[in-house]
Amino acid sequence: MTTTLPAYDEVVARYEPVIGLETHVELGTNTKMWCGCPTDFGGEPNTRVCPVCLGLPGSLPVANKAAIEATIRIGLALNCSIAEWCRFARKNYFYPDMPKNFQISQYDEPLCFDGHLDVEVNGELVRIGIERVHLEEDTGKTLHVGGATGRIHGATESLVDYNRAGIPLVEIVTKPIPGTGALAPEIARAYVAELRDVIRSLGVSDVRMEEGSLRCDVNTSLNLPGAEWGTRTETKNVNSLRSVERAVRSEMLRQASVLDAGGRIVQETRHFHEDTGDTTSGRSKETATDYRYFPEPDLVPLAPDTAWVAELKAALPELPRLRRKRIQQDWGLSDLDMQSVVNAGAVELIEATVAAGATPAAARKWWLGELSRRANETGVELADIGATPAQVAELQGLVDAGKLNDKLARTVLEGVVAGEGSPTEIMTARNLEVVSDTGALTAAVDEAIAANPAIADKIRSGKVAAAGALVGAVMKTTRGQADAKTVRELILERLGAA
Amino acid sequence: MTDLTRLNAVDLAGLVANGDASAVEVTRAHLDRIGAVDDRVHAFLHVDSDGALAAARAVDERRAAGEELGPLAGVPVAVKDVLTTKGVPTTVGSKILEGWRPPYDSTIVERLRAAGTVMLGKTNMDEFAMGSSTEYSAYGPTRNPWDTDRIPGGSGGGSAAALAAYEAPLAIGSDTGGSIRQPGAVTGTVGAKPTYGGTSRYGLVAFSSSLDTPGPCARTVLDAALLHQVIGGHDPRDSTSIPAPVPDVVGAAKLGASGDLTGVKLGVVTEFTGEGAEPGVMAAFRESVEALAKLGAEIVEISCPHFRYALPAYYLIAPSECSSNLARFDGVRFGLRVGDDGNRSLEEVMSLTREAGFGPEVKRRIMIGTYALSSGYYDAYYGQAQKVRTLITRDFTSAFEQVDALISPTTPFVAFPIGARTADPYQMYLADLFTIPTNLYGGPAISVPCGLSDGLPVGLQIMAPTMADDRMYRVAAALESSVGAFTPPAL
Repeated sequence: MTTTLPAYDEVVARYEPVIGLETHVELGTNTKMWCGCPTDFGGEPNTRVCPVCLGLPGSLPVANKAAIEATIRIGLALNCSIAEWCRFARKNYFYPDMPKNFQISQYDEPLCFDGHLDVEVNGELVRIGIERVHLEEDTGKTLHVGGATGRIHGATESLVDYNRAGIPLVEIVTKPIPGTGALAPEIARAYVAELRDVIRSLGVSDVRMEEGSLRCDVNTSLNLPGAEWGTRTETKNVNSLRSVERAVRSEMLRQASVLDAGGRIVQETRHFHEDTGDTTSGRSKETATDYRYFPEPDLVPLAPDTAWVAELKAALPELPRLRRKRIQQDWGLSDLDMQSVVNAGAVELIEATVAAGATPAAARKWWLGELSRRANETGVELADIGATPAQVAELQGLVDAGKLNDKLARTVLEGVVAGEGSPTEIMTARNLEVVSDTGALTAAVDEAIAANPAIADKIRSGKVAAAGALVGAVMKTTRGQADAKTVRELILERLGAA
Repeated sequence: MTDLTRLNAVDLAGLVANGDASAVEVTRAHLDRIGAVDDRVHAFLHVDSDGALAAARAVDERRAAGEELGPLAGVPVAVKDVLTTKGVPTTVGSKILEGWRPPYDSTIVERLRAAGTVMLGKTNMDEFAMGSSTEYSAYGPTRNPWDTDRIPGGSGGGSAAALAAYEAPLAIGSDTGGSIRQPGAVTGTVGAKPTYGGTSRYGLVAFSSSLDTPGPCARTVLDAALLHQVIGGHDPRDSTSIPAPVPDVVGAAKLGASGDLTGVKLGVVTEFTGEGAEPGVMAAFRESVEALAKLGAEIVEISCPHFRYALPAYYLIAPSECSSNLARFDGVRFGLRVGDDGNRSLEEVMSLTREAGFGPEVKRRIMIGTYALSSGYYDAYYGQAQKVRTLITRDFTSAFEQVDALISPTTPFVAFPIGARTADPYQMYLADLFTIPTNLYGGPAISVPCGLSDGLPVGLQIMAPTMADDRMYRVAAALESSVGAFTPPAL
């Protein structure tokens, strides 16, 4: 598209956005949804398959109880009602990576429905309505070889890997979210981030967007103030939190430019492009496929025992937002400080470091300072930096005991990150301990005094501020392993200025 | 020496157990019989001589080692080609699966093997079990051993004909709308449709998932019960399988054989004794009802007013499910693939494969089902049919509050000449008029030979409440003891 897009401020001044999000989460169950095949990521193509997940004639699905339990827990965590009785349904359409040419999903009887998730944006709580949470199966993966686009059209060969086919997939659909105005992109992002944290806290999925275990489709429409909601588009291929925000924003701008020019929005699927940050048209939904849903006759209805559901509800972990609130209070952090901890993905790390004996302030200092800096530099997640909370607590313990000063501690931490061992091991191996033996220090001080007679005279004459230069000299000869305060006291004492 | 192929399963098992005949001898006798007559009957699509002889030898070895054998060990069985058999071709009577050798055994076949029965091969059927005459097999029709110019019923005509032609003493069928009972009736053999969920569907190539029920076929009621006992029972791989033991069908068959039905109340379905059936069929049926009364059964008339909607409801539900079940036959992973010449798109290859691989009746039902499930038509067709299904179930439950079992003729007419009904699908569908209600309800039903009409067999159907399969075996065995068996003329 070559037309110039309008400015975002102008768009939100003229139009009101309505957004909606459909999120797919691959569950981390040991086995697939309908068979006993393993689900772990990777593996040679078509090695984690059996007659059931290949959809061979005669094979039948049997529902995975762990997946049903995980879905109910997600539903409960999202304040949903849990269906007392519901069915799976077949969604019929032909596609080579779908073994049966129908997907077992749920249609008008979702397992969980009518909930909400509270999301914090700029210190304000926004309540996102949850329409439904249902359980379905994932498809295989198709690789189209030989075409220019990697799409099915123009490809000379299509290769299918069914390892992913039949992995349990939970779909979480929000109700339409109107009234967000200029904040629509941020709210979309905050919702997905919060949802990810909730699901991670439940331990039912590793929710990694980059590996596709959390996938997001973003619905966007614009309308004039007071008018009916506009036609929506569905943007797919949104694979990071940042992309969620960019996709909503870019689609708002595009739709505004179409509407400004007197055009109309076509109900369609659009693809988000990470590199350019814009969306392009996919298949049109106006001549929508008729999926011919009907109740799955190979499976008995699901009727979760109410006592079991109550048990699951009682056993839910503390939800991330409440937990963050509690932690913020315990740690005595300002909203802004807490926000930076959350943004750095350091809540759990700091919590574990505190549990291992460090003070919240010290733990926060290490994780948000030195370690975050390194994580940013090397482009890894903070959690994957190579230092554990226990090691960080141990390091701080050495500082508190006076065995390491701040500078030495940083050197030791470098060693920890490089995998050289525990802080104590590194300190000993690299001989980095603070020199506390006064005899050796006194010798170094005397040496420094002898080498700088003019400065020594100044100090003797009462100009104690000049001691800094001698402290520097001593620190140099002790390779920084002395405690600066002790050195200073010693110098003043030797020169009779104390 | 005795012709082993004329013996019933229970007697053959006795000979093998006592060492009076080896399983290999029994198997050879049947393989020889198949070799001698099957070019005229065409009951089999595939004969697995090597596999059968190996299985027979294994039984003989186990016996020699002093191991205890099951009640049907060493008895040959013919398996309808709708069940997967590991390494043995499984076509479902369709070109689309020509040459496919499944990598796994269906639960039924697994249980047959574990019981020491000897699988002779795979029997002919209407393509994907859609038909009532076996004329819709992509591999040519099976002929009725009573008159080889006539049909053997369908879809399981191959299994029924194999029994009537003495090619096998036992066979497995599958019954979606009557495909076990109707062939049983027109070939003078016994065919039982167990309670839905009483026999596992794992490895049964699906036609209509909510109706398909594998079950036993035999020449006597006791043999059918013995086979039912072997194949039935809960299977964790089929989530619609009922987690309960098989009702005591063998005990019930033995009890019934004593010929005493005192205290048993049977309901004749009024709707099925009217103008729908041929006079010859009705005559044989009425004689049998009298025979049952003489055995001590109390006979009453029962009206099941919604049974007349069963056929149209069935012809919406079954095609709807089949349109989805048969979607997987696309040439991508198994079976036939047409047009993959490097120039055609994937969609074109799928389309050409299905065009070439499915026969006209299968295509007709896929189209009916696709239409019935379409958005905007679902409520009027599929939804409405499901409501009818509920009403039919109510007819059954209220009938069973009054009687122990319902009885009717199995089919409205005896075996018709090959080609007589293929021009008009509706005329073909009528063959299942009396058998379909049971499938919609899910209960068990059995067809047992009850007489002849113009020299051709007539069957009587006994329908029982769900999980009361034993009840129908008792009544069937009693009738059998009274009217005797019916032997076809020599081939």
